[in-house]
Amino acid sequence: MPSLNYVSPTTVNEAVSLLAGASGLAKVLSGGTDLLVQLRAGRVKPELIVDTKRLPGIIGVREENGGFVIGAATPGAMLEAHEGLRRTYPGVVEAVDLIGSQQIQGRASLAGNLCNASPAADSVPAMIAAGATAVVVGPDGRREVPVEQIPTGPGRTSLAKGEFVLEFRLAPRPVRASDAYLRFIPRTEMDIAVVGCGVSVALDAQGVCTEARVSLGAVAPVPLLVAAAAEALIGSRLDDAALARLDAAAQAACRPITDKRGTIEYRTKVAGVLARRTAAIAFQRAQGRG
Amino acid sequence: MNYIASKPELKVVGTRPVRPDGVDKVTGRAQFGADMALPGMLWAKVKRSPHAHARIVSIDTSKALQLPGVRAVATAEDFPDIPSEEAFVGEGPMNFRDLSRNCMARGKALYEGHAVAAVAAISQAIADAALDLIEVEYEVLPHVIDVEAAMRPDAPLLHDDLFTQGLAEKPAKPSNVAKRVAFKKGDVEAGFREAEVVVEGRYTTQPVHQAYIEPHACVVSVAADGQAQIYSSSQGQFMVRAYCAKLLGWDLSNIRAVPLEIGGGFGGKTLVYLEPVALVLAKKSGRPVKMVMTREEVFRATGPTSGGVIEVKIGAKRDGTIVAAQQVLKYQAGAFPGSPIGPGCMCGFAMYDLPNVDVVGYDVVSNRPKVAAYRAPGAPLSSWAVECAMDDLALKLGMDPIALREKNGVRDGSKTHYGPSFRDIGFLETLAAAKNHPHYRALLGPNQGRGVACGFWFNIGGESSGAVHINEDGTASVVSGNPDIGGSRASMAMMAAEVLGIPVEKVRPIVGDTSSIGFSHLTGGSRVTFATGMAVTQAAERVVEQLKARAAQIWEIPAEAVEWRDGAAYPAGSNAGAFEPLTLAQIAEKAARTGGPISSEVSLNAQGAGPGFGAHICDVEVDPETGRTTILRYTAVQDVGKAIHPSYVEGQIQGGVAQGVGWALNEEYIYDAQGRLENPGFLDYRVPVASDLPRIEAVMVEVPNPRHPFGARGVGEVPIVPPMAAVGNAIRAATGIRMYDLPMSPPRMRVALDSAKAS
Amino acid sequence: MSKHHVTTTINGEPVEFLCEAQETMLDVLRNTLNLTGSKEGCASGDCGACSVICDGKLICSCLMLGVEAEGRAITTVEGVADGEELHPVQRKFLEHAALQCGFCTPGLIVASKALLDENPNPTEEEARYWLAGNLCRCTGYDKILAAVMDAAAEMRGETRA
Repeated sequence: MPSLNYVSPTTVNEAVSLLAGASGLAKVLSGGTDLLVQLRAGRVKPELIVDTKRLPGIIGVREENGGFVIGAATPGAMLEAHEGLRRTYPGVVEAVDLIGSQQIQGRASLAGNLCNASPAADSVPAMIAAGATAVVVGPDGRREVPVEQIPTGPGRTSLAKGEFVLEFRLAPRPVRASDAYLRFIPRTEMDIAVVGCGVSVALDAQGVCTEARVSLGAVAPVPLLVAAAAEALIGSRLDDAALARLDAAAQAACRPITDKRGTIEYRTKVAGVLARRTAAIAFQRAQGRG
Repeated sequence: MNYIASKPELKVVGTRPVRPDGVDKVTGRAQFGADMALPGMLWAKVKRSPHAHARIVSIDTSKALQLPGVRAVATAEDFPDIPSEEAFVGEGPMNFRDLSRNCMARGKALYEGHAVAAVAAISQAIADAALDLIEVEYEVLPHVIDVEAAMRPDAPLLHDDLFTQGLAEKPAKPSNVAKRVAFKKGDVEAGFREAEVVVEGRYTTQPVHQAYIEPHACVVSVAADGQAQIYSSSQGQFMVRAYCAKLLGWDLSNIRAVPLEIGGGFGGKTLVYLEPVALVLAKKSGRPVKMVMTREEVFRATGPTSGGVIEVKIGAKRDGTIVAAQQVLKYQAGAFPGSPIGPGCMCGFAMYDLPNVDVVGYDVVSNRPKVAAYRAPGAPLSSWAVECAMDDLALKLGMDPIALREKNGVRDGSKTHYGPSFRDIGFLETLAAAKNHPHYRALLGPNQGRGVACGFWFNIGGESSGAVHINEDGTASVVSGNPDIGGSRASMAMMAAEVLGIPVEKVRPIVGDTSSIGFSHLTGGSRVTFATGMAVTQAAERVVEQLKARAAQIWEIPAEAVEWRDGAAYPAGSNAGAFEPLTLAQIAEKAARTGGPISSEVSLNAQGAGPGFGAHICDVEVDPETGRTTILRYTAVQDVGKAIHPSYVEGQIQGGVAQGVGWALNEEYIYDAQGRLENPGFLDYRVPVASDLPRIEAVMVEVPNPRHPFGARGVGEVPIVPPMAAVGNAIRAATGIRMYDLPMSPPRMRVALDSAKAS
Repeated sequence: MSKHHVTTTINGEPVEFLCEAQETMLDVLRNTLNLTGSKEGCASGDCGACSVICDGKLICSCLMLGVEAEGRAITTVEGVADGEELHPVQRKFLEHAALQCGFCTPGLIVASKALLDENPNPTEEEARYWLAGNLCRCTGYDKILAAVMDAAAEMRGETRA
């Protein structure tokens, strides 16, 4: 029988060389809430598992120059408990909070959610909307990439062999700026998103939107950053006309599939609905941060 | 038998003590199927067909057998090819030949997940690896999943020896229609001619799984002399024994089936999947064998209940009197005949006193797992259609939906369309309690609606055994032959304590194995509190007679001159006051000197189970943009006869409602074009989670069943019957849209909302 | 590969075990350590029957490797009661008849304890969402919520034990 090895390195260099040096498939383990399911089902058969959780700094949130650095393997429950992050990036935190059950929250991490590369990953549209970047380490050193550039297709990422995500960075936020994330699922919990939507906005003193980012999940092979949807918001106070433009732009961006979780038509319509509802929450929050 | 339900002095029955097996279950000590281990045991796994329908050309197990650590393999060759024989061992009739072929495919694999081979090895990992080394050559055949497609003359045929039963003459050609059943009362055509208002509809449902949280599991051992032990979790140790003996051709006396705690069944554990396979492997290897299904195997290869198509038509006079009712039901049986089409045909209209009824049903095989019983088997599908049609009728007549049901509801003396007449039933009382409940008049907001629906189940009695043993210290042991699936040990102890007149804490109930208690039909049909309760009660009454005789012997007076009350013997009649009373403990202490141990076992075939009726009220809110339905409030009213342990009766009602809500909104089997199940896990087979549901108020109406010593009726099945229509009717009230297809999931709801807007 | 040697703490006691890399913590608890109170209902993190508390966080033991237990502290259902004395959550489950078959109960006991450890005064809605990862097919959750809310009130000293 093929045997599996497990290592839990304590330095980044060690982790990188283990991953880079593996002759067969090597998998990074952070929370394991996707990896262990795939292992059990026989969908992945790695020869090596590199547990990153003992690397310094990979678990925890720290504030840096008004922004945030989030360790890649920080479990969701720890993010939710971080007051500052919750206040500044409520959309990111609520997206993380939606990944699976409380039990999943005890383990699941942003890096795992991103690198599992499910089109329906909840935290990814929220991070994309929030403008998060991922700090990637590997044999060629360290690079910082916008989150939306990591997933390249279902189960595929732009990470090279030996690379993994060490941390995420969220920039300092001006006043009158905030974000929100909503997803649609058939139940109230425990489902994979049928559609997910992250919206981040900044308003001026008059409440007019000056900056916006809108991201949609589960409607394309990768989470989308929808520029047209952001343009629908910029310059508006989220009046009915802006909402209608947003709805149309969100629907137009969708390239979904029909599967056991939803049809093309349903996903497309609900993407418009969620975009409107998420934007409304983001605007309200931004106004509250005046 | 004394009918004592109406006596005011009940001290134990009707109270809410802590269940006797409770502490073990909240501390993790309770031993369920997969918790058992035997020294030297092997682990066995099943190789399953990846195809929905395929001829098995060959199976080569040689490479698997060569893998170090593999001890035995099994295929259909290792099972006797038994003849077709039907018997009533489980919850419905079972053909042993079909059951054998369901446990291990012979010649053809009939559904994706069908067992084709099994292997036992010294570890789970080796058994898993060995499965990959078993080479099965298949000739893939065309398959059929949909019930109506399976009925077409040109449909792929599952069994070339299946000829439709129930037709006037045997058909010339085999088909996938196993059986046609029909019930007629009066003249339905004349009835419809008389009708002033007619409603009709074609309703569909998808198969839903019982989705017990505990996967099937067993540990078995077979000695060289053929004596076998089976430790497993099932709804009936005697059922397990009977099926295994039949499928393997072994003597019943050589098999001892020991019931472990069962982690939910709901009908799904009324047949065997693993035990016969494990026995074959244990016999071949000479080692104990453990088998545990994965969740995926549970979904692909066990249960579910039927999906189907149900057409209904009801005609009424303007005053609401129903004059004609018609139903055509097509139920999926899965790969082998045996859908609950019979009960389906009976239950839909059972609640209404109707002059003219015509019901026809079809039992149809297709390339899906063989269906198993699921709570009120057959009734929920049938009632989903009828109770929606009743709502349409009420709307058309401008009548209150409960008033319409009161006008037509069955009462004592009403004759059903399938034969028997009702007596001592509480349907009208149930309806009245629903109508008078504050929920029925509570205000609703925008996008909200209220629905009402009713449900019926026969409840059954049957063969049961119960024993009561008085211990030397005056405590008592109660042994019954039925696995405790939802708290029945508590009710057995309570009934015995009530009769004996001692505190329930002094009574310890256990579930006996097949060698330690008389035969008992399985736990199902909502029969245990009724039938096994009757056996336990009678055993306790016989023990009381013995206790009185011992007291009489001690006092040297006639036994008839002794009275039993409050757990003690009192001299009565002319001897009243002549002696100090003797408590049960005092008599027990002297038992050795007065004739030996005091105990009694009663085996009986209980008759006279009281039918159960329920009326549910459900409020929903439908999100007009996403189509998602939220259950806001739920009230379930049910005639329970007499609640022995009211908390567990409420629990049965609440649990049935939750399952019904899942059935209504999200649960379904989803197949791909190749006939493979796409959602074999709890992620996409969406049972309700805690945050999906509001509090579920269970309202117990007590119209006693005079044929049970305390008046009990079965309660477990009725509550799953009304919810689908209650939710559907609430959605209709909220949106104006009648949904005909289950589940009423958000995508389906949004399509309906969009097309309603367009038209 | 040879087996991994793991030193950990389970229910307050030091424990050592050997396991293969692919074995889950649930496999180790049930098959190696004979702590069969944690149940396997799905092995995919969807049912919660295997819930344990690891370093203060509620997790599914089926989604943790046994080797990851090195140096951690784990509480299973067997460690919730204090010897003979049941935890208030366990007592309230019994009083409210919050179990029928009892298979999901160990996971629910652990998850409920974790909830009240973190939030002594949850609303019913918060409790429902916290427990959404624990499937129960028997009860409809009604009595489970009643038990949890009552246990919370008792632990806050608002009702008597």
